[in-house]
Amino acid sequence: MSIVTVQLGQCGNQIGFEVFDALFIDSHCPQRLSSKRENEAYQASCKERFFSEEENGVPIARAVLVDMEPKVINQTLSKAAQSGRWKYGQHSSFCQKQGSGNNWAYGYSVHGPRHEESIRNLIQKEVEKCDSLSGFFIIMSMAGGTGSGLGAFVTQNLQDQYSNSLKMNQIIWPYGTGEVIVQNYNSILTLSHLYRSSDALLVHENDAVHKICAKLMNIKQISFSDINQVLAHQLGSVFQPTYSAEGSFHYRRNPLGIDWQIRPPLPGLPSLSKMSLNKELHFNTSIANLLILRGKDVHSADLEGFKDPALYTSWLEPVNAFNVWRTQRAFSKYEKSAALVSNSQFLVKPLDMIVGKAWNMFASKAYVHQYTKFGIEEEDFLDSFALLEQVVASYCTL
Amino acid sequence: MWIPGASLLTKFLLPSPLLVMANPFTEYYIVETQPGSNSLLIRVVGDGGSISKGKICSLKARAVLIDMEEGVVNEILQGPLRDVFDSKQLITDISGSGNNWAVGHKVFGSRYQEEILEKLRKSAEHCDCLQCFFVIHSMGGGTGSGLGTYLLKVLEDEFPEVYRFVTSVYPSGEDDVITSPYNSILAMKELNEHADCVLPIDNQSLFDIISKIDLVVNSGKLGTTIKPKSLVTSSAGTFKKWQEKPFDAMNNIVANLLLSLTSSARFEGSLNMDLNEISMNLVPFPQLHYLVSSLTPLYTLADVNVPPRRLDQMFSDAFSKDHQLIRADPKHSLYLACALMVRGNVQISDLRRNIERLKPSLRFVSWNQEGWKTSLCSVPPVGHSHSLLALANNTCVKPTFVELRERFLRLYKKKAHLHHYLQIEGMEESCFTEAESSLSALIREYNQLDATKSRPVEDLPRLSVAV
Repeated sequence: MSIVTVQLGQCGNQIGFEVFDALFIDSHCPQRLSSKRENEAYQASCKERFFSEEENGVPIARAVLVDMEPKVINQTLSKAAQSGRWKYGQHSSFCQKQGSGNNWAYGYSVHGPRHEESIRNLIQKEVEKCDSLSGFFIIMSMAGGTGSGLGAFVTQNLQDQYSNSLKMNQIIWPYGTGEVIVQNYNSILTLSHLYRSSDALLVHENDAVHKICAKLMNIKQISFSDINQVLAHQLGSVFQPTYSAEGSFHYRRNPLGIDWQIRPPLPGLPSLSKMSLNKELHFNTSIANLLILRGKDVHSADLEGFKDPALYTSWLEPVNAFNVWRTQRAFSKYEKSAALVSNSQFLVKPLDMIVGKAWNMFASKAYVHQYTKFGIEEEDFLDSFALLEQVVASYCTL
Repeated sequence: MWIPGASLLTKFLLPSPLLVMANPFTEYYIVETQPGSNSLLIRVVGDGGSISKGKICSLKARAVLIDMEEGVVNEILQGPLRDVFDSKQLITDISGSGNNWAVGHKVFGSRYQEEILEKLRKSAEHCDCLQCFFVIHSMGGGTGSGLGTYLLKVLEDEFPEVYRFVTSVYPSGEDDVITSPYNSILAMKELNEHADCVLPIDNQSLFDIISKIDLVVNSGKLGTTIKPKSLVTSSAGTFKKWQEKPFDAMNNIVANLLLSLTSSARFEGSLNMDLNEISMNLVPFPQLHYLVSSLTPLYTLADVNVPPRRLDQMFSDAFSKDHQLIRADPKHSLYLACALMVRGNVQISDLRRNIERLKPSLRFVSWNQEGWKTSLCSVPPVGHSHSLLALANNTCVKPTFVELRERFLRLYKKKAHLHHYLQIEGMEESCFTEAESSLSALIREYNQLDATKSRPVEDLPRLSVAV
C-alpha cells in the first residue's frame, strides 16, 4: 500500500524533504536487535509505501512538489539529488514565478483554479505508479498563502476525485507571535475548508516543536532546519511500517488505518459510568489515542496508564478509544521509542486563541480588502468563524 | 540623485520590483549578483555568460530613466555603469520642470504619455513575470514630483494587477525650493490614490545618519576602524574612484534599503518573503500605506579584537529613532504592523528572542497585537555577516504629514507663487484644495488610531453557536 505525498509551499516542501530523508535513513539504519529477515521486510514495506524504484537503483520519493515560486522547489530537488540516497522524480514538481503573497484568497481562488489541471495530472501520474493506493499525505502550513490557500483547494479536489482514499493533512501551526501578520485569517480559512474535505488533520505547532529543540535538545541557535528535522522524526516514527494485529511478519497494510471517525452518542442514550483511578490528574480529554511502540521490550511495556477512563470522554470505553501498535524493529538509532497520536482537547486552547485573534482583527475589518479583492467575501469569513466555534464547542463538551 | 529641483525619476520593471536608482544601487546590485541568481532586477542580454567573468556589459537594468533635464541622466550614461542602462529606455527633455508640479504632471505628462507607455511595455515584454514597479522620485521638485506621480496613474491603468511601490524623498524643513510644499502636497494626493505602498525618506535623516558614521570613523578611537565595504553609505568596492559627494553617500543608504527589500526574493532563505507579501501584511487599510523604514547595522568594525556587534543590538537599533530614514520615533507611537527582514547568519530562534524582548516596549494597535511579519534570507549584504531592514506601518509618520500641511497652508494663505501653477492648462485652485483635503483626511485617520493608543485592549464578544 502506497502513500502519495503532496508538498505545498515553502513549509510543505522544506518539511517534506526532511520527512523522506528521515524515512529513508531509518529504513537503512543498521539494526542489531532485529533479525535480518525482519529488517528486510520492514525495508521493503517502507520502500513500497514512500518510494518507487528507478532503473539505476536510486529510489524516487512518491511525492508531488507544488509551489508558486521556484526557489524552494529548486533547493529541495537539488538537496535530495545531492544526498545520493534518494531523489524526487524529474517531472514531479509544479511551480510558478510569483508566489501567493501570503494571501489565502489568492492561493485558493486564483492559483487553485488556474493550475488545477496541471496539479491534478501530476498527482494522477504518481497515483498510477502505485500498485495500490492507501491515501494522500498533504503537507502544508496554515500561515502563508500557497500551503494554506492552494492546499485547501487541492485537498478539496482530492476529495472529489479520490473520495475512497484517505486524505491526511499535516498542518503546521504558526508561532503565536507572528510569522505572518494575516496568519490568523489564513488559518481559520484553511481549517474551516479542510474540515469539510480532509479525513484527518495532523497538527504540529511551531511553538511546541521550538520548545522541544530548546528545552529537550538544548540547541542554542535553533534554525528551521532543526525544527523540521524534529518534526520529520516524529512523523517517521508514526508512519514507518508496524506489525499488524496478526503478529507475524506482515507489516500493517494501511499506515493511515486509524479509525478517526468516532461519532458522539445519540442524545437519549445513557452514558456509561466510570470509576476513575486517578481523579487528581488533569489530562485533556481524548476521543482516541494511538500509541506506537518500537524497539526493545515493546511487548512488556506497561500501558495501564493509557487505559484510565479519566483520559477519555464519558461516552467511550477505553478499549474502543485506545489502540497500540507494537513493532520490534527499532526506529532509527533509538533502542526504544514511542509515539503517541492523539485526538483530544489539546488543540482547543491554540484553536481558540487563533479564532479569537482573527475575530478581533475581523471586527475592525483590517486587511479584509486584500481578500475581497480575490473573491473571498466577508460572508466566507463568517462561515469559517461559525464552523470553528462549533468545533471548539464540540471539543469542550467532551 | 536627491538634489532638490533636479529630480531623477527611475522606474523599474522587474519580476521583482526594484531596480536601481542611479548608480549606487546598481553598483551594489552588481556586486551582490551571483551567477545563476534570480534575474529580478537585471536582465542578461546576449550570451548572458559574463557575470562570472566580472564583466557587466551583458547585464541590462530593468529600468526606465526619466528626467526633463539632461544633466543627471547624461552623467549616468557617461559613468562606469553606462552599459548597464539601456540607452533606448530613456526619456529626457531639455527645459526641466522649473520646480513646478503642474509642469511635470500636466505638461510633460500628456506630452510624454505615449512614449512612456511604449517604453514600459517594451520593458515588460522582457519579463517572464512582472511582479511590481518601483518608482523612485522626490516630492519637492517638478519632474520627480509631477511627472513621477503622473506615471503612477499610467501604471495603474496599463498594468492594474502589478504592485506599485514608491520610494519618495520628502523635502526637509530647510529646503531651498520655495514651492516644495505645493509640489509635495499635490504629489501626496496622487500617492494616496495611486500607490500601493510608499516608503517616505527625508534628506535630513539620511544626512544625520552619515554624520553619525563620520563621527565614528573620525573619532580616532582605537578599535574603531571600519571595514570600508561595509559602510551603508559607500559603494561596494569596484567603483570607489568616484568622488564622494554627500548625496552619493545618502543615495547609497537608499540603495541599500532597496537591496534589502528584494534580498529575500532574489536569494534563498529559510523563510522567504516576496514583494507582494509586503503590501499584504503591512497595509491593513488601502489608504494607510505609508511605511517607515530603518536599516541596521550602519557599518561593521574591522578590528578583530573588538567583539563583533551583538546580534541583539542590531534589533534594538532598528527601533531607535536615529536609524529611521525619516524623522520619526516609532517607539513612542502606535504600530499597525511591523516587518523584519533579516539577512545573513541569523536563525529563527534569534528572531523570536528579539521579538519577545522588544515587544513589551512597543505599542501595537488593539486588533493586531502580534502584528509581526518576518523573513530570513541566507545571503547577507556585502561586508556584513548579517543585517536587518525594519518596515513599520506606524502613526509616527503623521508629524511629517502635519508639518507638510502647515508649510503648505502658510504659503497658500498668501497665494504666493500660485500663478506659476494656475497658468498651466488643467490647473485650478480646486486642485490645491482637494490635495489639502486628501492630506487632512489621512492625518485624521492617523489621529483616530492614536486616540486608541491608551485604551485597554479588550476581547470582543465571540460568535455563539449551538452545539
